[in-house]
Amino acid sequence: MMNPAVLPADWRDLYALTKPGVMRLVVFTALCGLLAAPVMPPAVIGFTAILCIALGAGAAGALNQWYEVDLDAKMRRTANRPLPAGRVDRQTALHFGVGLGAFSVIFMGLAANVLAAALLAASILFYVLIYTVWLKRRTAQNIVIGGAAGAFPPLVGWVAATGHISLLPVLLFAIIFLWTPPHFWALSLFVRSDYAAANVPMMPVVAGIQATRRQIAIYSVIMAVAAIAPWPLHLAGAIYGVAAAILGAIFVAISLLVLANTATEPKLMKPEKRLFAFSILYLFVLFGALVADRWLVA
Amino acid sequence: MTIEGGPRPEDEVIRARQKARARIMAWLLAAFIILLFFITIAKMGLHK
Repeated sequence: MMNPAVLPADWRDLYALTKPGVMRLVVFTALCGLLAAPVMPPAVIGFTAILCIALGAGAAGALNQWYEVDLDAKMRRTANRPLPAGRVDRQTALHFGVGLGAFSVIFMGLAANVLAAALLAASILFYVLIYTVWLKRRTAQNIVIGGAAGAFPPLVGWVAATGHISLLPVLLFAIIFLWTPPHFWALSLFVRSDYAAANVPMMPVVAGIQATRRQIAIYSVIMAVAAIAPWPLHLAGAIYGVAAAILGAIFVAISLLVLANTATEPKLMKPEKRLFAFSILYLFVLFGALVADRWLVA
Repeated sequence: MTIEGGPRPEDEVIRARQKARARIMAWLLAAFIILLFFITIAKMGLHK
């Protein structure tokens, strides 16, 4: 049998390094940030800005996998990724990640503006250095602080369109920042054994299952309130406000079901799985409502 | 088993992967050039 490490990496494996699943949500929220802005750049500039954000997210994903190859190898969910499976060597992943990241930032600076490029660079560095290298293996608050990295895309999208930061994109940043802990903790509850096996101090491993469920409920309430805030602040209209209120109520209701659950076996964690799935839908619909509000009312 | 002097199966896999990557790179470069062209046009319009 051939040693896959001596072969040039297959393009599909390089694509997999960019975490395409995560990228979809990044691209969508960035696009919504751009479309919610009061001024529209030419279509080709807007397209390029979103492309650069997607490439930047891909670079961050590749560098995250480059650094975490030992962890990924220990977890069932990630053991078949290109690096732990030996289909891509670490040097190729590093070069790919750094190259893609540098290209995305420079291209953003040239096509959109320097502030958007700086924010994109900050988001990549935050995800790689602050979350992956510093926090993930050290503290149960890893996902709370690290969640800021995933909150950048709508802010970058907005700044790519307008050239400056204002209150609404900061609130969009805050919504994703507060959304990240319940989203990830719901997942980490039913893959807890994976994180424990890899010695990753995720909340359920360090603080216990019930403490994590309490934290999920608390963050869900704060997030739901923050998500409605643009409406009373007159930064968004009724379409967004009503959608945020309904979605927030459902989010909080499911988080209360999670809180009421006492199961410790992953197969009995239906509310947790439901919350994880709904949290993705929540973000898509909430940001979709923001854009609908901006364009339908305008 | 391979015929002596003939291509090894490893070489064929390597060549196939190099070819696939080169083809994708060519398409990406072409797309990049087209994108740059349209960005330039858009920027010229903005600065009029």
